[in-house]
Amino acid sequence: MAEVLDVPAPTLAVAELLDRARGLAQRLPGARHPAVAAWRRRGAEVFAAEGFPTRRLETWKYTDLALLRDSRFEEPILSADLSPPGLDAIPSPRLVLIDGRSRRDLSDLSDLSEGVEVASLADRLHCGDDSVVATLGSIAAEALPLPALNAALAEDGAVIRVREGADAGTIRLISYASARAGHPVAFHPRHLVVLGRRAKLVLIEESRGEEETLSWQNAVTEVVLQPGSRLIHIRVQNEGLAAVHTAMLAVRVEEGAEYDSFSLNKGARLARNEVHAVLAGPRAVLHLNGAQLVDGARHADTTTVIDHAAPDCASRQTVKTVLAGPARGVFQGKIHVHRCAQKTDGYQMNQALLLSPEAEIDAKPQLEIYADDVKCSHGATVGELDREALFYLRSRGIPEVVAKSLLVQAFLDDAVALVADEGLRARLHEETVAWWRRVEHAS
Amino acid sequence: MLNIKGLAASVEGKPVLRGIDLEVPAGEVHAIMGPNGSGKSTLGYVLAGREGYEVTDGTVTFRGRDLLAMEPEERAAAGLFLAFQYPVELPGVGNANFLRQALNAIRRARGESELDAMQFLKLVRAKVKALGMTEEMLKRAVNVGFSGGEKKRNEILQMAILEPAFCILDETDSGLDIDALRIVADGVNALRSPDRGMLVITHYQRLLDHIVPDRVHVLLSGRIVQSGGPDLARELEAKGYGELQAAA
Repeated sequence: MAEVLDVPAPTLAVAELLDRARGLAQRLPGARHPAVAAWRRRGAEVFAAEGFPTRRLETWKYTDLALLRDSRFEEPILSADLSPPGLDAIPSPRLVLIDGRSRRDLSDLSDLSEGVEVASLADRLHCGDDSVVATLGSIAAEALPLPALNAALAEDGAVIRVREGADAGTIRLISYASARAGHPVAFHPRHLVVLGRRAKLVLIEESRGEEETLSWQNAVTEVVLQPGSRLIHIRVQNEGLAAVHTAMLAVRVEEGAEYDSFSLNKGARLARNEVHAVLAGPRAVLHLNGAQLVDGARHADTTTVIDHAAPDCASRQTVKTVLAGPARGVFQGKIHVHRCAQKTDGYQMNQALLLSPEAEIDAKPQLEIYADDVKCSHGATVGELDREALFYLRSRGIPEVVAKSLLVQAFLDDAVALVADEGLRARLHEETVAWWRRVEHAS
Repeated sequence: MLNIKGLAASVEGKPVLRGIDLEVPAGEVHAIMGPNGSGKSTLGYVLAGREGYEVTDGTVTFRGRDLLAMEPEERAAAGLFLAFQYPVELPGVGNANFLRQALNAIRRARGESELDAMQFLKLVRAKVKALGMTEEMLKRAVNVGFSGGEKKRNEILQMAILEPAFCILDETDSGLDIDALRIVADGVNALRSPDRGMLVITHYQRLLDHIVPDRVHVLLSGRIVQSGGPDLARELEAKGYGELQAAA
């Protein structure tokens, strides 16, 4: 019987999602384009074969998607009349998506710089944009079940392209989950970001929502950085307590290009933030920093794979996790240095702060080095608040709750400090302060 | 001001203080001397309220209140200050922010208004200068990357800013060269006043050349075995603790 149990039965959710992919096949954008249709078909086949990843897979050992497997998802309802609060305060240029669909009426792209294009993926596929079609699925790991499902069902997303040598300034991408349907919904946005040679962009990506019913966002973002280009990517995941957020970010950093990112993972019932980055050309630079703020019954997972596939590249990664209450955190960080990647300079640090005896973190750093002339270091710490530090602060008259706040904030600021821009840093700092205030208030 | 009666305390179940009686009136500086392991630092920690130090007997009255019933922050608010032998490093906590948080917490407890960043900076600048510190040290994380001497000066800076009614100095001279020692001692002496009491814990007599005490007590195996005037410190320096230890 054991062999039978090892094959995951296609659950209701898998069958329904595949039904939907079949039913929508003729209607999804780009259906008439043979390459797009083939890409979607491959996605559906992979997902049909694999189903939802289970904890039997090494990369999913610590994160259980039972919540998804046992749910029945329906389409998000059209929400043409919905205007989430606070959007007006977000500076332009901004692209707004609600439940995975871009909303021209809520977006403001009037201030785009010369040489910058921000479009809806649905539009681009309807037009049969060959360069978009060629990029789709070329960066992301489409053999993995969730990105494959995304390929089968992606309706829309953002396409951001910056021409050679252009400086695009700051662009904001706001993704809002409405959860208006009153029943579980799933949506699968697909974003493409392509920077031409020596182009520059600051991209601020934010997911928001106040979901009270289960809402699953299964996003894939593909990023291509052509030689000498530079992307600063700030991601804030701030979804509601009933949300499930699975994100696959795939990045290709070419010769002399730089990808500098900070991910703040602070919302959702369950969030899996996965990054696959390839340093594909010499002297490419990668910064993959972030923080996870997890409280209550929440579960946050950061899983990254950094591929050093060219010589003289540098990667830097610091990820900090703070856990309160019975929260669960996961950090899995793999660095793969290929045989050709001589003079690789790699650094990885992950640290977790456990604020309650019920909190738990699973941390798995993994270094695979096949080149012989490399400099790679990594470190990991897991601990509680330093009792000596707490006593020192209290002995100066600082009340215990304030002393705790100071130490938690110091722990997080240490990660946020890796963001070079002062304005962005202040914004992220405020996000962490707001989270901690909420945690303190709840306790 | 500080009245200790029959104080006994254990660390990890092991008795360290075995019945201490000590009274320090306002306006006086008392020194506690003794060899390593005699319980000097434990006394400081017990008075400041550090966890893990279990009081098994005795009472401590501070300005008429039961000190041992108070949380560490309440003791600080009541006017007690311990200058640590090994000041704690706080990565990510800015020194200026720390000092202001501490001062405002104590001002709140005293019913005084809080100081804003500008008012605070004005106050702190003068004190920093007097202690031979640089303003750059305010921008750094608390005690992180500070030399031994800088850490001790930072303790005295906190003391000068918080203006506690009672100061306990735990081995404040350790790790200081003679110039730094003089600066730190000047800082402490500047705080001597008829309203303030001090307890200076030290292994060596050297600090007491600069901070001249009114009374000297010798601590051995958790008990005060001898008390006297400032001359007692010099006698001990000449003879060492050996004779007393043999007698005890």
